[in-house]
Amino acid sequence: MSDLTYTTSEMMTVAAARMLPDRAVCFVGIGLPSTAANLARLTHAPELVLIYESGPIGAKPVVLPLSIGDGDLAETADTVVSTSEIFRYWLQGERIDIGFLSAAQIDRFGNLNTTVIGDYRHPRTRLPGAGGAPEIAGSAREVFILLKQSRRAFVEKLDFVTSVGFGNGGEARARLGLSGRGPVAVITDLCIMEPETTTNELIVMRLHQGVTREQVQAATGWPVRFATTVGATDPPSEHELAALRDLQRRTALAHGTQSERQ
Amino acid sequence: MAQLMPLSEAIAQLIHDGDTVAMEGFTHLIPFAAGHEVIRQQKRDLTLIRMTPDVIYDQLIGAGCARRLVFSWGGNPGVGSLHRLRDAVEHEWPHALEIEEHSHAGLSNAYVAGASNIPFGVLRGYQGSDLPRYNDHIRFIQCPFTGEELAAVRAVRPDVTVIHAQKADRKGNVLLWGILGVQKEALLAARRAIVTVEEIVDDLDAWPNACILPAWVVTAVCVVPGGAFPSYAQGYYQRDNRFYLAWDDIARERERFAAWVQRHIHDTADFAEFRRVLRESQGTEEQR
Repeated sequence: MSDLTYTTSEMMTVAAARMLPDRAVCFVGIGLPSTAANLARLTHAPELVLIYESGPIGAKPVVLPLSIGDGDLAETADTVVSTSEIFRYWLQGERIDIGFLSAAQIDRFGNLNTTVIGDYRHPRTRLPGAGGAPEIAGSAREVFILLKQSRRAFVEKLDFVTSVGFGNGGEARARLGLSGRGPVAVITDLCIMEPETTTNELIVMRLHQGVTREQVQAATGWPVRFATTVGATDPPSEHELAALRDLQRRTALAHGTQSERQ
Repeated sequence: MAQLMPLSEAIAQLIHDGDTVAMEGFTHLIPFAAGHEVIRQQKRDLTLIRMTPDVIYDQLIGAGCARRLVFSWGGNPGVGSLHRLRDAVEHEWPHALEIEEHSHAGLSNAYVAGASNIPFGVLRGYQGSDLPRYNDHIRFIQCPFTGEELAAVRAVRPDVTVIHAQKADRKGNVLLWGILGVQKEALLAARRAIVTVEEIVDDLDAWPNACILPAWVVTAVCVVPGGAFPSYAQGYYQRDNRFYLAWDDIARERERFAAWVQRHIHDTADFAEFRRVLRESQGTEEQR
């Protein structure tokens, strides 16, 4: 164990990257998911296949894309297909192992809101909307969700269900007839949550180093439950941190920004 | 058959107030020059369709050209919100904007249905989502063969589709490559098509499977070098990420946005002059 210092955000990205097995085919959203997926590719999973909704299949970007359709994605891809083909043949055709999503709001059953805060017709905050998420949530074999934990984000009730996780729990997802299993893990800056067998409610499986149960509860808008045995996430290794920071440095230089923004 | 003409003439002749217009290009090859010309000619009451409204529709919405927006992801990619889109939806400025909201899978299937001349597209989608509750163009149907429930989306048939491409030849055959989004589907779904290109060449010199739109499916070809700026044209120039970041501040407040549109679009004759004025104003910003 080293005495490396790292941020909670770095811990979250590293923890998410570790969950991606080499050779998996991964449908990646922009922002945190893209950072984690590319970190995995640069560390333990060099053969990870990255698919972006704009059309690149097998993208190997040198720097993190600022947009979902950066030229670097097309230039480094094995092939580039149309957006309609991505969704029809590749996602709906069940070629995707892992869908990687983020959201503005999540509930205890892993349902996601990226549409509005407040009433749909008179929203307090209009968010960007669905993008690829509803069908990724439905058709990817497994879904990983990556977002920072807070009471604003982890809510008792979503203002709008953009993308379904386990509906209202239990067998609700199974009744929808979706081809994918749904969320298998939620990775935050505090912990890793997974759906409990039978109820499909998200419960805390692992706490990141130094994080207490009270901190997790304080950042969650429902009475959060913990697994019988709660594990501890290994802190980022020197190699993981170096790879992540190097990637972010290259990205900042390329885009003229501090780092990739959400 | 495609006619080679100036962009201002193509917009004047082919886009009318109240039309349904799709300007496509998924981050790549976004037809900004054409969008500016629509603002300059003060077209009104348009139904604007685009998977990712991006800065191009933020400009059109803020400038008062749109009555209705059909879309599937409305952010400033890599930056955050589209402030003009949000202001229209949240506060009806400059006037109310109806929205018809899809997912990417849904809207791309609606384009495919339009290009295929069938009334709806069918997909495994929207299950468990609230989107169908607010969009009457998303319904569920039963498969006549298996009995499964599937989503149906009404076909999109724009009056006009506008795209930007790398090249056309002298006959008006168009070649594009790189990230293609739904440009081909959107163009083939439309009654009329305007294509702006980086350059006209004698020979497209394309391999057999290249994405070519034959001259006889294109109404107008307009040469506008740099016409996708601040998005990019693969092989010609890169995305200007700094502009996308700067847009966050330009579009945040109504007054600053209105002044920007006046100076950079209404007070310029064409896209080339816009680029000159923009370089000057960016120079001024940097000296501050």
